[in-house]
Amino acid sequence: MTVISARGLRKTFGNVVALDGVDLDVQRGEIIVVIGPSGSGKSTLVRCIDQLERIDAGSIKLGDELLGYELDGKGVLRRLPSAKIAAQRREMGMVFQSFNLFTHLPVGRNIWEAPYRALGVPIKEAKARSVELLERVGLSGKADEYPDRLSGGQQQRVAIARALAMRPQLMLFDEPTSALDPELVGEVLAVIKSLAEEQMTMIVVTHELQFAREVADRLIFMDEGRIIESGPPEELFTSPKTARLQTFLQRFAESA
Amino acid sequence: MSDIDRRGTVRSRFEAQHAPDADLDKIDSSRGVERRKPALWITWAICALIAFEVLRFLVGNEKLNWPVVGQYLFSLPILEGLKWTIILTIVGMVLGVALGTIICLMRLSPYLPLRVIARVWINVFRSVPPLVQLLFWFNLAYLFPTLSLGIPFGPSLFEWNTNSVITPLTAAIIGLSLYTSPYAAEIIRGGLMSVPRGQLEAATSLGLSPTDTFFRIRLPQATRIILPPMGNQTIAMLKGTSLVSIISMSDLLGAARTIYGNNFEVVPLLLVTVIWYMVLTSILTALQGWLERRYSRGY
Repeated sequence: MTVISARGLRKTFGNVVALDGVDLDVQRGEIIVVIGPSGSGKSTLVRCIDQLERIDAGSIKLGDELLGYELDGKGVLRRLPSAKIAAQRREMGMVFQSFNLFTHLPVGRNIWEAPYRALGVPIKEAKARSVELLERVGLSGKADEYPDRLSGGQQQRVAIARALAMRPQLMLFDEPTSALDPELVGEVLAVIKSLAEEQMTMIVVTHELQFAREVADRLIFMDEGRIIESGPPEELFTSPKTARLQTFLQRFAESA
Repeated sequence: MSDIDRRGTVRSRFEAQHAPDADLDKIDSSRGVERRKPALWITWAICALIAFEVLRFLVGNEKLNWPVVGQYLFSLPILEGLKWTIILTIVGMVLGVALGTIICLMRLSPYLPLRVIARVWINVFRSVPPLVQLLFWFNLAYLFPTLSLGIPFGPSLFEWNTNSVITPLTAAIIGLSLYTSPYAAEIIRGGLMSVPRGQLEAATSLGLSPTDTFFRIRLPQATRIILPPMGNQTIAMLKGTSLVSIISMSDLLGAARTIYGNNFEVVPLLLVTVIWYMVLTSILTALQGWLERRYSRGY
């Protein structure tokens, strides 16, 4: 079953073309890893899917449902009301490079606040689930801590738990480990790997090529707003077809 | 500077100047003592001198007439005036902040007409001196003998005689609230804008409604930034209420002026007001501190 189908995505910021005609299909349970140089549009792609940015052209569907717009009786594409868009966003969980935890709330509350307020989950149930999720990401007992007391890796794991609390169909990761000290990257990747083992549908934007190799069902290489190559990770790593991917992989091998 | 040390051996100039003359193993920094600080002692001495002179003035100058100050400090008209000062401060701030919040939201609204109205409002009410604003509202009947509510360009449903609506009290409340509203609006706007955009994106991506994002995520964090300047504004308002004595409202200063108008003890009565303003300001400052600490959890 196709969870995400995107066609002809185009997005510009002022003069800069971030997405230049992107087509993407994501199946249920598939793990897509997106790699590419800075400015290639990888972050923009996941942000557009999560509707944090409005696409300038093209369309995205979540299952059968068009994201952000509806076709009314007269064939006019009308923007959905914000309540509907919020409902669509609940189907996707997003994990950000800079964690973006709610600093004024303790960790536990960061996790149960959205299910309680947006999904109407009874507070006891929401709190119980938050305890479960904290355990799942290896942070039991931290529910009463404030985010500023946690290390970067711990904060990111809380962010993952927070996104999971909404029981999304799809998890999006925008460079989840790029802001972390190298020692902390492993613990976050481990959590993401465990999600992969549970067949969660995921799109992960990352620079961690080793991780991509281990976890991805399909690897996508983007550059200058377009998907250049796409396929099983082994294939792309061992026999890149385009010069651009070759150069990119070389540069990474050099800096490793 | 000789290159020859005490024992008469020639050493390099560097060694002579930088010769270690104690064994590092024997030196323990924990036994170190602070340097003598003559500048500090002099500063303390000057402060003590100033304090002494101030006290000498306060105690010695008979023109201050402390007995009269004591006589009127808790007198009925003064306490009555104090009551009105406190009421006006509270009402003025509550209404001013409520209005200010609306204006602020209009300022941040995606709709252009609302943004324009908000900017004009802020401009106008920040430009006119508060005293002029109070005098204007007090004399509203001159421009508008009657106030009416009804259908625009049509019949009016309710009508009031402006003179009976506008009293010193109502003019004071209207004037002070409207005067505060633009400052409150800007303070709130500053606070709202200080909340990191990433957190708002996270709230949005979790599917929290705009209302929930505003009240649960943005406003609580904005409050921490809003409190110090808003506390400042409240304390300024406390003193600002003294302007209403010009429109015949008997606040603390008004009561004091009435009394010294009769007994000519100007300085003692002003001292009475100073003392009361200082007491109230201290209470407000303590309250602000408590609120700030409460909202600082998690930082």
